Amino acid sequence: MTEPLLKIRGLTLEGLSDETWTQIVNGVDLDLHRGEVLGLIGESGAGKSTIGLAAMGFTRDGVRISGGSVEFDGIDLVNARMGVKRDLLGKRIAYVAQSAAASFNPAHKLIDQHTEAPVEHGVMNEKESQEDAMRLYERLRLPNPEEIGFRYPHQVSGGQLQRAMTAMAMSCRPDLIIFDEPTTALDVTTQIEVLAAIRDIVEQFGTAAIYITHDLAVVAQMADRIKVLFRGDEVEEAATRTMLDSPQEDYTRSLWAVRSFERPEKPAPAAGAVPVISVDAIDAFYGDVQVLRGVSFDIHEGRTVAVVGESGSGKSTAARCITGLLPPRSGVIRLDGEELPLDYRKRSKEQLRQIQMIYQMADTALNPRKTIGEIIGRPVEFYRGLKGAKRRDRVAQLLHEIELPPGEYIDRLPSELSGGQKQRIGIARALAAEPKFIICDEVTSALDQLVAEGILRLLARLQDERKLSYMFITHDLATVRAISDEVVVMKDGEVVEQGPKREMFSPPHHPYTDLLLSSVPEMDPDWLTNLLEERGRDNIGDAAVNKMA
Amino acid sequence: MTTLLGFLGVLAALLVAAFAARAAGQRTSNAYLRDMTFAGAFGWMLLLAALAGGVYLYAFVDGAVFFRWAVQFFAVAAVAAFLFRLAGRSVGTEATKKGFRQMPLTASFGLLTILLYALTAILAPLLAPYGQSEVVGTVNMLPGGDPATGGDPAHPLGTDQIGRDLLSRLIYGAQNTVGIAFATTCIAFFVGGALGFLAATIGGWFDNILSRAVDVLMAIPSLIFALLLMTIASAWAGNQQWQLTLYMIFIIALIDSTRVFRLARAVGQNIVVMDYIEAAKLRGEGLSYLIFREILPNATAPLLAEFGLRFCFVFLTIAALSFLGVGIQPPLADWGTMVRDLAQFINFAAFSPLAAALPLMAAGAIALLTVAVNFVVDWVLHRSSGLKD
Repeated sequence: MTEPLLKIRGLTLEGLSDETWTQIVNGVDLDLHRGEVLGLIGESGAGKSTIGLAAMGFTRDGVRISGGSVEFDGIDLVNARMGVKRDLLGKRIAYVAQSAAASFNPAHKLIDQHTEAPVEHGVMNEKESQEDAMRLYERLRLPNPEEIGFRYPHQVSGGQLQRAMTAMAMSCRPDLIIFDEPTTALDVTTQIEVLAAIRDIVEQFGTAAIYITHDLAVVAQMADRIKVLFRGDEVEEAATRTMLDSPQEDYTRSLWAVRSFERPEKPAPAAGAVPVISVDAIDAFYGDVQVLRGVSFDIHEGRTVAVVGESGSGKSTAARCITGLLPPRSGVIRLDGEELPLDYRKRSKEQLRQIQMIYQMADTALNPRKTIGEIIGRPVEFYRGLKGAKRRDRVAQLLHEIELPPGEYIDRLPSELSGGQKQRIGIARALAAEPKFIICDEVTSALDQLVAEGILRLLARLQDERKLSYMFITHDLATVRAISDEVVVMKDGEVVEQGPKREMFSPPHHPYTDLLLSSVPEMDPDWLTNLLEERGRDNIGDAAVNKMA
Repeated sequence: MTTLLGFLGVLAALLVAAFAARAAGQRTSNAYLRDMTFAGAFGWMLLLAALAGGVYLYAFVDGAVFFRWAVQFFAVAAVAAFLFRLAGRSVGTEATKKGFRQMPLTASFGLLTILLYALTAILAPLLAPYGQSEVVGTVNMLPGGDPATGGDPAHPLGTDQIGRDLLSRLIYGAQNTVGIAFATTCIAFFVGGALGFLAATIGGWFDNILSRAVDVLMAIPSLIFALLLMTIASAWAGNQQWQLTLYMIFIIALIDSTRVFRLARAVGQNIVVMDYIEAAKLRGEGLSYLIFREILPNATAPLLAEFGLRFCFVFLTIAALSFLGVGIQPPLADWGTMVRDLAQFINFAAFSPLAAALPLMAAGAIALLTVAVNFVVDWVLHRSSGLKD
């Protein structure tokens, strides 16, 4: 066996928190051969990004390498001089960040940023590099490869930007690329296009890559080998197929099992039953731009309606219309058959109480300067007039229901909680109003899979106990499958298709639903290959969406 | 010409030294020395050269009296700040002890200074040996208290142009200048903060009218605007000096509240878009709950920092107005007026450093408080930004 391209031995990293250094990666070994793709997976805080950066001999501020070695092609990156590292980075080792939008300089054209590294490193001159960029753009199937480079970052879509960034990483034909969650921020239909492009180009140039992600199905498509990390420790490492078919460790199996949660669909509501919320032909505008066109759907008692669609499809806008934050220009919204004033300021306290909301980002949804007791206690006091000891008892009871021990949490601030716990507090605040109907806006998309599953189970239990109705906004079809009774598919501000979950997940579909469903990565490592053969290279992603319009 | 050549020579020597130091550093295994940039090495060399220059000036140049005083004062201040922090760490509740443990020396110095100023202002009648308008001695007596150099032990800081004791006037000045500045800043914050948050929360036409009005006020240079208004006010006040002081407080508060309004509105707008504000609105909460219970707790850090800075500006404005003759009126002691009255003594610096020190004492009192407040503000800002994540 030849010497590996990248050899990491016993790497330990320390992070600065509260002015003391604590170990965040505890001795990880890693070998990467030329042309090989290694997937690093784990939950947030597992240390995968930190290891990815350390593989380039780089650490973020407040992180330091405290032990072990990183050898790239025989060069010791831990002790190398800055000048030596500068010669390697960009030329032989490249990095693709999660958010291309935040990584490109908005003040320069794409191609100028692309040519910077090759010209600086003396690999090519400006003109050669520009021509090379166009060839790479073509390979990555960007539209108008001759011209797209001369645009500014804000003038291209998110998926195109991520591909342009991959092209930029390729500009010096590096030996190693670190991909740090390159598709996490993208919609499913866009993600698939970027995945296909990355895989193609890595194969064509025989580049070695480290692919960092928390999404198992994605890593299954991309990696030859998978390494699972948990809180700075390696859990196990194996070839992709072995890892998927027969994981050895309990932790890995628990990651695999998350996707299996699915609650049975409830029976259809009785004919003639009055829906809890009925949205009837609403049109909504931001300024003069119409964002909702005749959207109608009903939500019955004790049922979950999942609203799915890509970013910009109008699903969150529909929620804002129901809450009254964005009064629709025409249409009717009914609560229990009674027409609601369209503006929330005109609704009665009782009407406001019945509709509650849980937000995607628990960080911004909870006032950081208030204790948990105050956050949950306020609606209790506001709607039910409970004060003092009674209020505290009620808050404790609510905390108990969301499975957090009250004594421990009631006096904490949100910053002292984990992401999943914060989301639970958001749920408790909604429950405190004792509503009939709760809007869940992407409540699990910012969470790790295990934590997200806990939240979904909690929501399902509360629904059964209290006959709650949910409007569940999400772009993740696995979540839809897990929790919904009915599905509403939205695209460009219109409802494309709606019906019971059973019907929606079995053919025949509306072509857009079909595209959405088929774009969700599956755990099968051959899935992407098969899909590309089946649909054809030009029938995925933006291209396919545009064909439909 | 020779000065220029000497300067260039020193620069060249520094560049060479930096290059040599960097080359030597690259052979070591210490990561900081190894990866040091040329600019970084030059900076270190410059620092060393400046230190050497300072030592030379302190030890061998006789004329550098003020430099020597500054160094001595700096050393005393550092020791005092260190001792103050040490005391803070061993006395008080757990919370204050923890605060003192994480405090940098600058903040401890700032706190100590502010504390001393406050004590001086409160205890002024007890501390001051004479009254603030009492004529007690010969005019223009030099500070130092040494009869050989023209002083008098009874007046350690000398007397002013009509024979009032300067130490007493400095002490009473703390009461007048600092007290008035504090009251003015509080009014400015109450008015500007409340209107700013209202504008951010209500938005729309309300925000537009207020913001444009503030733009108009801000378009006029503040000192000239204050002068103009003070001239009008002095006509209204007639002979009533206390009325004029009252007008001055409101005028400066009004002008400064526009700056506070801008900040409060900007901070408020960032908070208003948060989901927790949306949740509170959807709950049906009223305006006062939104502003005082949801927005204000999240805006305290920037507002507090601004309070410190604003206090300094107000303070300087009052001193400037007094210097120009329309601020705090005689015979009330005020640092700005003291600087103006004694300003011509600065011309004697070359002959008698003690004479030049007369106006500098009041100026130094202003400068010291400004620096101290800024140290504390920096620390508060640093702490609150650290708490956010």
